[in-house]
Amino acid sequence: MSDQPNAEIEALANREYEAGFVTEIEQDTVPPGLDEDVIRTISAKKSEPEWLLEWRLKAYRRWLEMREEDARWAKVRYDPIDFQAISYFSAPKKKPKLESLDEVDPEILETFNKLGIPLDEQKILSGVAVDAVFDSVSVATTFKKKLGELGILFMPFSEAVQEHPDLVRKYLGSVVPYSDNFYATLNSAVFTDGSFVYIPKGVRCPMELSTYFRINEANTGQFERTLIVADDDSYVSYLEGCTAPMRDENQLHAAVVELVALDRARIKYSTVQNWYPGDVNGVGGIYNFVTKRGACRGDDSQISWTQVETGSAITWKYPSCILQGDRSVGEFYSVAVTNNCQQADTGTKMIHLGRDTRSTIISKGISAGRGEQSYRGLVEIHQRASGARNYSQCDSLLIGDRCGAHTFPYIDARNASAIVEHEATTSKISDDQLFYCRQRGIDPEDAVSMVVNGFCKEVFRELPMEFAVEASKLLAVTLEGAVG
Amino acid sequence: MLEIRDLHASIQGKEVLKGIDLEVRAGEVHALMGPNGSGKSTLANVLVGREGYEVTKGEVLYQGENLLTLSVEERARAGIFLAFQYPIEIPGVSNGYFIRAAVNAQRSARGEDEIDAFDFLTIVKQKMADLGMKPELLDRSVNEGFSGGEKKRNEVLQMSLLEPTLALLDETDSGLDIDALKMVAAGVNALRSPERGFLIVTHYQRLLDYIVPDHTHVIVDGRIVKSGDRQLALELEERGYGWIQQQLEGGAA
Repeated sequence: MSDQPNAEIEALANREYEAGFVTEIEQDTVPPGLDEDVIRTISAKKSEPEWLLEWRLKAYRRWLEMREEDARWAKVRYDPIDFQAISYFSAPKKKPKLESLDEVDPEILETFNKLGIPLDEQKILSGVAVDAVFDSVSVATTFKKKLGELGILFMPFSEAVQEHPDLVRKYLGSVVPYSDNFYATLNSAVFTDGSFVYIPKGVRCPMELSTYFRINEANTGQFERTLIVADDDSYVSYLEGCTAPMRDENQLHAAVVELVALDRARIKYSTVQNWYPGDVNGVGGIYNFVTKRGACRGDDSQISWTQVETGSAITWKYPSCILQGDRSVGEFYSVAVTNNCQQADTGTKMIHLGRDTRSTIISKGISAGRGEQSYRGLVEIHQRASGARNYSQCDSLLIGDRCGAHTFPYIDARNASAIVEHEATTSKISDDQLFYCRQRGIDPEDAVSMVVNGFCKEVFRELPMEFAVEASKLLAVTLEGAVG
Repeated sequence: MLEIRDLHASIQGKEVLKGIDLEVRAGEVHALMGPNGSGKSTLANVLVGREGYEVTKGEVLYQGENLLTLSVEERARAGIFLAFQYPIEIPGVSNGYFIRAAVNAQRSARGEDEIDAFDFLTIVKQKMADLGMKPELLDRSVNEGFSGGEKKRNEVLQMSLLEPTLALLDETDSGLDIDALKMVAAGVNALRSPERGFLIVTHYQRLLDYIVPDHTHVIVDGRIVKSGDRQLALELEERGYGWIQQQLEGGAA
C-alpha cells in the first residue's frame, strides 16, 4: 500500500461518504446537559404517561450510580465522553403529530430522497413500509393503513406509547432491563423515539418493515428505542438503516432494540449500518454503542440477526438471543468492515435456556487501512438446556498490513449433552486472487470488491434482496482506496 | 505482434531471464520448452506483468507499443491472456459471475456494451459442453474444489470467451490425463486463427502432438539456446534436455 498525498486522500474520503450532507431546518433542541429536569422535559414534550416518566427517572438514577469504565470491555480506544455536552432532544419544528406525508417538512422529505429512501407511498413499488426517524423524532411511517388492516402495528415509539400503552408497558425493558449496562441505562432515561412493531397471532407480515435513522443536528445524541413483538405463529422481517452528516466532532448513538418472539413466531432483523465513520485520520464519526437483544420466549420461536456494519468511528454492539422456549433458534450473521481509523468490537451472545435450542453464528470481519476489529461472542448453555447446539464460524480478512483482527469466543456449557462447535480463520486478501482477476481485465478495485463479496456471501444471502445490493455497494465504497 | 528483445528479468534479485529474444507474429503458434527452472514460466509471468518479477534490461513490444509500462489489467484488455499453470481459487464468487465480469470489463474497455446475461449463458454453456465441462461448474465458486483437469479446462473456457490476440499457455498440459489433454488441445486449436498468436510453455512435448506448433524454442538457464520447427520438439522428446546441454557445452569448448 502506498501513501498518497494528503489532498488526494481527503478527496477520496469526501467522496466516500455520500450521506454526509446537513439539512438546513428549524430544530427544536433542548440545550446540552442532563438532569432530571431534562428528562421531565423530554417526557412532557412527548405527553407521556406518568409510569413512563417514572421508568425513565428510575433509569436515570441508576445511571448516576454506574461508571462508564464498566462499559469498556471492548477492545476500542476513545477519549472520555462529556455527557453534559450532549443535547438529549432535537426535533424538527413542526406540528407534533402528522396525519399524512403531505404535512412532513419538504426539507426532510428531500433529505430522505437524497438518501434513496422512498417515503412517497405513490412511488413505492418495492413493498417496503418505512418509518423514518430524523434526529430524535419519527417523521413519517408509510403503509400504516394497509398494515392496520392485518392488525399489524408499525408506528413511531412515541405514538405507540399514546395509542397502545398496555402493550408498550408490558414489553418495554422486558428484554433489555433499564439497568442493563451504562449505555442501555442512559438510553432508558433519555430515549426519544424509535419504532414499535406488533404482529398479531398468526399473521405473516406481507412486506418488509423498515426504519431509517438520520442524525442531522450537531451535538445531539441519538437515543432511539425499538421494540418488536411477534405474537404466536407470526412472522416479520425488519430492516434498519442509518446515516449521519460528516462532522468533525464525535457524536453518540446509543440505541436499544428489544425483540420478543412468542410461540412459533419468527423475527428476522437486518441492519445496514452506515453512520459517518470519521475521516481518514480518525477525526469525527459516530460512536455507535448499541444494545440489541431478542428473547425467543415461546417454544419453536426463532430470531435472526443479520448485520452489515460499514460505518461509525467506533462500533460496539452484540445483537443477542435469549433462547428460552424449547427448540427455539437464534441466528447471528454479521459482516463488519473497518477502514482508515475505524474500530469495531462486535459479536453476539447466545444464551441457551430451553431444551434442544439451536444457535448459529457466522461472523465475517474485514479490516483495511489502520482499521481494528474484534469478534466477541458468548455461547452460554444452561443446565436445563439439554440437547442444545451451537455452531460458530468467525472469519477475518485483512487488507494491507496496518490493520488488525481479533477473536474472543467465550463458551460456557453446563449441560453435558450440548454440542458446541467453533471455527475461526484469519486470512489476508491474496495477491494471487487479485492478480488472477486483473489478468482477466478486471479493475483492481472491482477485484477487491469481488473477493470481499465472495468472503461475505454466507451473510449477504441472509439479507433481503434490496438490502443485499445496498450492502454490497456500501462494502465497495468503504473499501475504496484500500488497495493501492 | 510480440517482439521481445534482450529481455532480462529477476525474481527477488536473482536473475532468471538472461537475454531473451523472441518474435511471435499473428497466426503463429510458438512452443517454448525447457527443463525445470529454466525461466519459461517466468517469461509468461513477465509478459502479463505479475508482481515480483523485475525487468532489468531489454524491451517488449506488443502491437508496436511498449508493453512493459502497461498495468496488468491494461495488458489483459489489450488482448493478452494467460492460462495459469495453477489457476487461483476465489471462494464465494461464482465462476459464471467471474467470467462474465471479465468479459464485460474487457468489453467496456473497448467501448462496447455489456453482454446480455442470457446471451452470455447460452454461449458459455455451449463452450463448456465443447470442453466436456459439467454445467454446474458455472455456479460453483471460481476453481474451488475443481479437479486439476477441471481447472485447466476452465482456463481454456475463459480464453475462448475472452478471445485474446495473444494467448500464453503456462504448462496447461500438466496434471491432465490423455482425454482431458485432447479436449483442451481441441479447444485451443479451435481458437487458432490468422489474427491470433500463441506462446505455449511446456515441459513435455506430448501437448505438441495435439497442438502442432509452427516454431519451437528451447530455453535453458534464462536464454533461448535453440530454435526450430516441430521437429525440434520431437528430437527433444527422444534425446532429452541433456542433449541440448551437451551440444551447448560442446559448442563452447
